[in-house]
Amino acid sequence: MSFLTNLEIQRSASPAKRRSVLRTLQKSDVFFRYLTQSSAYFVLVLLTAIFGSLIAGGYLAFSTFGVSFLTTEVWNPVTEQFGALAPIYGTIVTSAIAMLIAVPISIGIAVFLTELCPMALRRPIGVAIELLAGVPSIIYGIWGLFFFAPFLQHYVQPALIAAFEHVPILNNFFAGPPYGIGILTSALILAMMVLPFITAVCRDVFETVPPVLKEAAYGMGWTTREVVKNVVIPYTRVGIIGGVMLGLGRALGETMAVTFVIGNAHRISASILAPGTTISATIANEFTEAVGDLYTSSLIALGLILFFITFVVLALARLMLMRIEKKAGA
Amino acid sequence: MALDRGRYERRRIRSKITVGLCWAAAALGLAILGIILATLLYKGFAGLGINVFTEMTPPPGSDGGLLNAIAGSLIMTAIGVLIGTPIGILAGTYMAEYGRYSKVSSFIRFINDILLSAPSIVTGLFIYELMVRPMGHFSTLAGSAALAALVIPTVVRTTENMLLLVPNTLREASSALGLPQSLVIRKVAYKAARAGMITGVLLAIARISGETAPLLFTSLNNQFWSTNLNAPIASLPVVIFQYALSPYEDWQRLAWTGALLITAAVLTLSILARWLGSSRSPQ
Repeated sequence: MSFLTNLEIQRSASPAKRRSVLRTLQKSDVFFRYLTQSSAYFVLVLLTAIFGSLIAGGYLAFSTFGVSFLTTEVWNPVTEQFGALAPIYGTIVTSAIAMLIAVPISIGIAVFLTELCPMALRRPIGVAIELLAGVPSIIYGIWGLFFFAPFLQHYVQPALIAAFEHVPILNNFFAGPPYGIGILTSALILAMMVLPFITAVCRDVFETVPPVLKEAAYGMGWTTREVVKNVVIPYTRVGIIGGVMLGLGRALGETMAVTFVIGNAHRISASILAPGTTISATIANEFTEAVGDLYTSSLIALGLILFFITFVVLALARLMLMRIEKKAGA
Repeated sequence: MALDRGRYERRRIRSKITVGLCWAAAALGLAILGIILATLLYKGFAGLGINVFTEMTPPPGSDGGLLNAIAGSLIMTAIGVLIGTPIGILAGTYMAEYGRYSKVSSFIRFINDILLSAPSIVTGLFIYELMVRPMGHFSTLAGSAALAALVIPTVVRTTENMLLLVPNTLREASSALGLPQSLVIRKVAYKAARAGMITGVLLAIARISGETAPLLFTSLNNQFWSTNLNAPIASLPVVIFQYALSPYEDWQRLAWTGALLITAAVLTLSILARWLGSSRSPQ
C-alpha cells in the first residue's frame, strides 16, 4: 500500500472495484488500531503478570512462615528457617544513606547546570553526568570491589573508626574492623549510581521556573544563593521530591553493584561498616544455589516484597512529577 | 549604613560559599565518571588481546577469551530487541495517536514509567516463574524474554514522546488527502518521528546489554560455545559476575576486560543515541 492508494481509488473505473479497495483499507485500519491497542494493554498485562507470578512463587513461604517472615532475622537454609528482616533492613539502610549523600550533591549539580555553568559547558557536562547513569550496574560492582572498597578500607574507614572511637552513640555506627566491603560501601556506590537520575529530574524541574521570577529576585538585589533558596527550590519542591523518590526507587532495587560489595551477611549490625545484605543481593547470590521449594519460594517472596516497596515509591515519585509537569504546561 | 554594609558582605560571602559548593558537586560528579573510566581502561586493557575475541571462556589457570560470552550477549540482546521493540512501538503508537487524551493512556503511561525504573532482578524472577520453571531448565530464550521485558517500557516511552512531537498539521494534511488513519500513522507520523524512535531503540539496547541480574536465573551461564536457544548460554555480564568474584587472578583479568568491552559498547550506544536524538525535533 502506498501514497498512491488514494489516487488508485479515484482512478478505478468501476464502483465495485472502488468499494473493494476501500473495504480493504478499512479492514487494515481496524486491524492496525486493534494491534496497537492490544500492545498498549500488554504493558498492563506485564505488570499484573509480574505481580501474579511473584505472589504465586512466594505463596509457599508466606503460608509457611506467615507474618513472622517479615519480622524474623534468622535465615538458615539448613533448618529451612527463613526470615526477611535482615535483607529488608539492609535494603532500607543502604538506600537511606545513599540518598543522604546523593540528594545534596545532585541538587548542587542541578543548580550548577541551570544557574552557574557557562553556556558552552552546559551540554558537555550535562551529557557526562548522564553517561554516569548509562554505566551498567555490574561495572559499578566490579569497580567497587577492586578499587573503591580497598580504597575505603585503607584510607577512609580507619579514619572514621579512629575519629568516632570516643564519641558515645556514634561509635556504635562506626565500629569493627575496616573490611572495606559492607553497608557503607554499598551506600556510597548506590549514591554514585542514583546521582545522575536525581540530577536529571532536578535540572528539568529547575528549568520550569519562569525566568521573570528569577529576574525579579535578582533585580531586588538578591544573591544567587537567595534566589535558589527562596525562588527556585520552593517553586520546584514537588518535582525535587519526585526526583528524590525516583532515585530512591532505583537505589532500593539496585542489584549487581550491591551484591559485589555488601558482603552478603544475613545479620543486622548497628555498625554501618559491617557487612550486611539487601533483598536484591540475597536473591542474586542465592537463587541458583537454592535447593528445595521452600528456599526458592522464600527468595521469590523477597522479590515480591522488593517489587511492592519499589512500586509504591516509584508510583509516588511519578505522581509528584506529573503534578509539576501539569504546572509547567499551564 | 555600616551595619547594612556588613550584612551585605555576609550575604555575598554565603552566596559565594553556596556557589562554590555547587561547582564542587559538579566537579565531584565528573571525577567519579573519570575515575571509573580510568580504572576500567587501566585494568581492562591489560587483558585485551585478540584471544579475547577468538577463544572460549577458560577453566581457571589456562588461557582463553570471551568469545562464547560475547556471542551469547549479542544473541540474547538481538532476540530481546526483536521481541520488545514491535510491542513497544505499537503500544507507544496507541497512546500517542489513538488514545492521546484518554484516561486509559495516562494510566498505561503511569504504569509504564514505573516498569521503566522497576528493579530488573524482579523481571528475572518473573521470567523464571513463567518460563524456566515450567520448561524445567534455563535457556537462551528465557534470557531473551527477560531482556525483552526491559526493552518494552523504554521503547514505549520514547515512541510516544516522539510521536507527540509530530505536528498535527502534518496529520491533518494527509487526512485531508484521504489517507486512512493507519496509513497516516505509518507513512507520515512514523517517518517524521523516525530519528527519535531509533534513539529509543538504541537506548534500550544500551540498557539491556549491561543487564546482569535478570540473566542470572534465566539464561544462567555456559562454559562452552552454544547457539541452542533452548539451552543455557554464556553472556558477558554473567561471566563478569562469576569471574570477578572468583579467587583466580586470570579470571579476574578477563572480568575486567569484559567490563571494558561492555562499558565501551554501552557508552558508544548512548552517545550515538544522544547524537541522533539531538536532531530529534521532527520536521
